[in-house]
Amino acid sequence: MYNQTEIIKDTSELGADGELVINMGPQHPATHGVLHLVVTLNGETIKKIEPHLGYIHRSIEKMCESLTYRQFIYVTSRMDYLSSHINNLGCALLIEKGMQIEVPDRAKYIRVILSELTRIASHELWLGAMAMDLGAFTPFFYAFREREMITDIMEDTCGARLTMNYIVPGGLMYDLHPDFQKKVKAFITQFKSKVTEYEDLVTNNIIFQSRTKGVGILSAEDAISYGCTGPVARASGVSCDIRKIYPYEVYDKVEFDEVLETAGDSFARYMVRVKEMNQSIRIIEQLIDNIPEGDFVGKTKNVLKLPKGEFYTRVETARGEFGVYIVSEGGTTPHRIKFRSPGFSNLSVLNHIAVGGMIGDLMASMGTLDLVIPDIDR
Amino acid sequence: MFLKEYITDVVTGVTSLLKGMRKTGYYFTHPKEIITEQYPDNRATLLLSDRFKGEVVMPHDANNEHTCTGCTACELACPNGTIKVVTKFETSPEGKKKKAIDTLVYRLELCTMCNLCIVACPSDAIKMAPNFEHSVFDRTKLTKVLNQPGSKIREGIE
Repeated sequence: MYNQTEIIKDTSELGADGELVINMGPQHPATHGVLHLVVTLNGETIKKIEPHLGYIHRSIEKMCESLTYRQFIYVTSRMDYLSSHINNLGCALLIEKGMQIEVPDRAKYIRVILSELTRIASHELWLGAMAMDLGAFTPFFYAFREREMITDIMEDTCGARLTMNYIVPGGLMYDLHPDFQKKVKAFITQFKSKVTEYEDLVTNNIIFQSRTKGVGILSAEDAISYGCTGPVARASGVSCDIRKIYPYEVYDKVEFDEVLETAGDSFARYMVRVKEMNQSIRIIEQLIDNIPEGDFVGKTKNVLKLPKGEFYTRVETARGEFGVYIVSEGGTTPHRIKFRSPGFSNLSVLNHIAVGGMIGDLMASMGTLDLVIPDIDR
Repeated sequence: MFLKEYITDVVTGVTSLLKGMRKTGYYFTHPKEIITEQYPDNRATLLLSDRFKGEVVMPHDANNEHTCTGCTACELACPNGTIKVVTKFETSPEGKKKKAIDTLVYRLELCTMCNLCIVACPSDAIKMAPNFEHSVFDRTKLTKVLNQPGSKIREGIE
């Protein structure tokens, strides 16, 4: 326990050499959650950033070890809540791989369509929130208008708007809603006509460009050495799309481009995500009319037991590579489970890219990393 | 000269204001096209999806009969210990002993709406209902008994 004099002594020591230590968060509107950054400043120039984690730690990995293979999938929705469907998919893929469960084609197609819808919804929310961090308020409402259509589709089909839990080992929990295809097509038309509004409002905005271009530059070597994945690494020119390198489900049957930029600054990260939304629309358009008829869930045993051994699968979430690693002893629950979350690696690069810049630029650097704090803390 | 500038200023000011207010006026005269939902006032017309997972309910028919056999499949499937099935033995008129539910306790405060109990149920005795207004003043009110008092199992359900 500190007493009063020790606290004063502490701060005076940290404040040596004209440096100022400020606490950004845990209750700060731009951190989008309970992220606590201890920022050391010299004037307005950032000297050091130290993220403090653990405010929303729920020991999800340990919790999953006490649940059976059917039960633990729903917990992963609570990690990266913006791409919860893809998290569930990663866990289900591991169980199917370990037990050699056949998944019907219909389930595979629906899983991919919903994954891409989740990706668009996640990027839409990021775009609105990021533009709001930089002082533009209107894009938030524009982005949420389209995102609302996706959450409506999710509500109709999965029964929930954010934590869907629609995937079970072997397929899906129940069949598609009859209106699903009609609603998705309506969304695609709406999205295509409105995506130009983002270009006019945000991309071509001179204030937005001057606040993001050349800010928070991350080189390709650093992106690899820090373990960055997803749009953060692709903006630096690192090809790391799991959907291309290790295709799962039906990603090898559809045509889409891996979006790569070379600049590595905040604007490149922005452009990667905006272009990725268009690629996701392209994937959905190829699949939506070709959903095969048949069962939506394959035959599984009543009690699932993974064989003894170690298993790892990876999927591409909206933020990067999400990995599930399970050590099984042959029982009904996992012996040890570990999640490789993309947010943690992407956060670790923040000190590297923001040091030397202004504190105002920290918003742009942090916003384009697309941090989801429950994903980092778990 | 001064008067002309003054009048021009007033006219451009009013026109720009009217231009900006055109969309507002449009929605004022077309209330059916407004996307915003006036939530607490539109409870009567609020339409939620029929699959929306709000809470677990047990449907009863007109004779106050349900289809729950008390097999505890939902209790085993639940990850959080939300459901507790208390069973009893009923003696039929022929003197046969039969297992039946006494109470099916559902603790809403522990439920995460994962739908695993509904999928596990072999006789479709429970289902999700789209009610979402669950706030109460006392936590004990969230512990519910799903089977109605005096209800019994429908004939022919094993």
